[in-house]
Amino acid sequence: MTTAEAPAIGGQLATFWLDGDLYGVEVAHVQEVLKSQGLTRVPLAPTAVAGLINLRGQVVTAIELRERLGRPPRPEGTDAVVIVVRLHGEAVSLLVDAIADVVDVDPADFEAPPDTLDGAGRDLIRGAFKLDGQLLLALDVHKAVSA
Amino acid sequence: MTIPERARCAKTREKSNVDGLDDIVEEFLVESHENLDQLDSDLVALEQEPDSRERLSSIFRTIHTIKGTSGFLAFSRLEEVTHVGENMLSRLRDGALALTPRRTSVLLRMVDTVRSLLTSIEATGGEGSVDVSTVVAEISAAMEDAPEPVEVVPEVAAPAPVEEPAPAPEPTAELPEPAVEPPAPVAEVPAAPAVPAPRPVPAAEAAPEPEAAHEEAAPSAENGAGQARRAVADSTIRVDVDLLDELMLLVGELVLTRNQIVQYVGRSNDTDLVRASQRLNLIASELQEGVMKTRMQPIDHIWSKLPRVVRDLGLQLQKNIRLEMEGRDTELDKTLLEAVKDPLTHLVRNSVDHGIEDADARVRVGKPAEGVLTLRARHESGQVVVEVADDGAGIDPVRLGARAVERGLVTPEALNRMGPQDILQLIFLPGFSTAAQVTNVSGRGVGMDVVKTNIESIGGTIEVESVPGKGTCTRLRIPLTLAIVPALTVECAGDRYAIPQISLQELVSLDAEKAANAVEEVGGAPVYRLRGELLPLVRLTDVLGLTSDRHDGHVVIAVLRSEGRRFGLVVDRVINTEEIVVKAVGGQLKAIGLYSGATVLGDGTVALILDVQALARRALRTESSERQESRAAALQAAATDAERQRMLLAAIGGGRRVAIPLDTVTRLEQVRTESVEKVGNREVVQYRGAILPIVRLDRHLGAYGDSEREVLEVIVYSDHGRSVAIVVEEILDIVDGEAAVRSDIDDMGLLGSAVLGDKVTELLDVRAAILAADPAFYAAHPTTSTHPAAFASADSLSTAPHGASPLEVSL
Repeated sequence: MTTAEAPAIGGQLATFWLDGDLYGVEVAHVQEVLKSQGLTRVPLAPTAVAGLINLRGQVVTAIELRERLGRPPRPEGTDAVVIVVRLHGEAVSLLVDAIADVVDVDPADFEAPPDTLDGAGRDLIRGAFKLDGQLLLALDVHKAVSA
Repeated sequence: MTIPERARCAKTREKSNVDGLDDIVEEFLVESHENLDQLDSDLVALEQEPDSRERLSSIFRTIHTIKGTSGFLAFSRLEEVTHVGENMLSRLRDGALALTPRRTSVLLRMVDTVRSLLTSIEATGGEGSVDVSTVVAEISAAMEDAPEPVEVVPEVAAPAPVEEPAPAPEPTAELPEPAVEPPAPVAEVPAAPAVPAPRPVPAAEAAPEPEAAHEEAAPSAENGAGQARRAVADSTIRVDVDLLDELMLLVGELVLTRNQIVQYVGRSNDTDLVRASQRLNLIASELQEGVMKTRMQPIDHIWSKLPRVVRDLGLQLQKNIRLEMEGRDTELDKTLLEAVKDPLTHLVRNSVDHGIEDADARVRVGKPAEGVLTLRARHESGQVVVEVADDGAGIDPVRLGARAVERGLVTPEALNRMGPQDILQLIFLPGFSTAAQVTNVSGRGVGMDVVKTNIESIGGTIEVESVPGKGTCTRLRIPLTLAIVPALTVECAGDRYAIPQISLQELVSLDAEKAANAVEEVGGAPVYRLRGELLPLVRLTDVLGLTSDRHDGHVVIAVLRSEGRRFGLVVDRVINTEEIVVKAVGGQLKAIGLYSGATVLGDGTVALILDVQALARRALRTESSERQESRAAALQAAATDAERQRMLLAAIGGGRRVAIPLDTVTRLEQVRTESVEKVGNREVVQYRGAILPIVRLDRHLGAYGDSEREVLEVIVYSDHGRSVAIVVEEILDIVDGEAAVRSDIDDMGLLGSAVLGDKVTELLDVRAAILAADPAFYAAHPTTSTHPAAFASADSLSTAPHGASPLEVSL
């Protein structure tokens, strides 16, 4: 992946924790954040589809981001947090470990993912913002929900 | 109703009272009133910019429409006024005349006259006493640019013709009518007085008459009528469909919330709360019904275009066709109406093009030269049934089947196993067209499959019936609405699923003891005997790749029907029936092809809605598009008109029984096991000086019998001097196959299964068995190889050397 995409991102990112890493999605896409919800599983669906949740009468698909990024399953006994994102008018939700702050990022801090990154992460992580003492990974939310 | 009939109705209306206003007239009034308001402002604006061709065209169109409809509805004076008005407008539009203030005035006066006429029609159903001759003369004069008649003062003249009642013409116009009227409905009776009293129609007409006359005497006809009911134009409003959709959505939410509350209150002892929730329940249901009604439209909205289609096509194809419509006021949801429009038009075109023969051909076979195409619509158990029927040549299943094979849409083997009714449904396969020639009307090979896809996409079904020589009937079943559907909720592996009631036929619950006996297997596939018919069972857990959490041996079967096929869906538990609101699911779930959507249940959890059609397609073999009912019927018909199919029953070990058509059996023999020899890896036995290849049915069909016996029971089958021996465990019986009921189960070497002598029996595919013993058996005489199925080999019997020999062995 080249650095051609770098200038495209910046501004505010809603950040969250997943398997020890800090990720961010554009604030504009985020509709709301919910506590863990009752999930209805969908047999035969792609493995990343964790199930369906009832969002005030609306049925929303939940994507398990750990599965999507090829990370190990969430440890037993810890609840996921649901981030509802709205893309092309359709609500989809992402299951993550914990929600963090909204962060202002500077495109100057952005760097494309290292060439050594491969697997699912290669497609879904657009790059990293070098914050103080922490890397913030920019998630390509469109790709993440097209499980 | 044909057009002349319609016009006659309109005539009747002219003197019937207001409540009798035809829907057509009512619609015409609403539309015209709106148009007239527009016309007023258009005309005034036109004065400011007399050159606006666009505005003139728009005015012209409006008047033209009113003229056309009034002629159609037999409002002659209205037609007269609009006719001259139209003449003038067309000349204005073409630039032949220039718009002068005088011309504008007469046009405005024409609009007023039209309005008066419409008011009168609305109030009394007739044109009443409105005088049109003045305005007609004025327009004509203005067109010729003749000097303005002195007596007319433009400003005052407008309302004048209306208020000047000439009460005299009214009664005279009315009076003769009752005398003329009766013959119309009473058909052949020429003299009206022959049937004066008993008909309710004249009685009803008689009453309002004086009243109507009375009202017209009053200055404003509208006031009099207004007491009885609101004016038509005021009683309807146009509403944005989006708003209705939104309302529907909200009502859906309300229904869900209602379900939740009702469920919650059910556990409560508070009587006030219970009472309130019951009221809520009631009101929500009524509201739902009401909102659903706002989206309902009579099917006539799409039918009304069809007479023209039929007429034009008929002319083009030189066929004489009468279109009849029954149930034109049957209502269904607007969205669905839109969705069936094209399929319906296609079916009608198809009937005209392929169904109905030309006049000569019809006369030759003794039918009236005029073909009849009938459209029928009716409500039936929560669905709308729409039929397109013609009295044409019908569809010949043999030709259709041959065509399907020719196009490679179905294998000859599969065709052979189909009943005539099944074969007809092949017409819905993609790429099928029976037209010998491709015409621009139809026969491009796209069509019926698209029709089917469209109908199914809105949750409907389609089937075709035909009697060769008598006609064809295509039947659509369409749900009333899509948004809220009654459904059965079931549990499977701990999750709940909804099954739309539309495909549910019945529920069968078997306790462990019963289930152990009642669920049988055919070649490993489970079946249940439902009132004598074999119902293939599909386990929902298997389809979904889950593990059932029910271990007590109970079996709950939901008997479902899809595309004419019936099957039993085995679920863990049945929970409830409830109204569910269908919610769309995201793309990645749609792609799975098993869920038609999702819904939120009473307790707030999400449940997936099973797509029964997709489920059936996935679980049942596509090739066997059998339809049990018609199949049983076809089988019965075959049994009665041909000689009865006699079956030889044999046990093959493992408790399995097979049936072999007796006419394929040449001889029954017993062979000592030690006389069986091996040639390569095949078993043979010497028999009457020839080498007889052996097929052991137990191995062939995957049953495991006792092969260590000293004597083998052998069924010998011979054809064209070649023979094979089929080894079974035991010969059981010979039965009449008349009551045979076959199921969809389709396994290697089997044609299906049947209930024979009260036990499930597999039907042997003799050809496959023989080929297993002697691959070259049919190669020597290819003629018989076109009869692959056992049932079709009856004619080879006549050439077989030992045709009657089975009786040599006593059983």
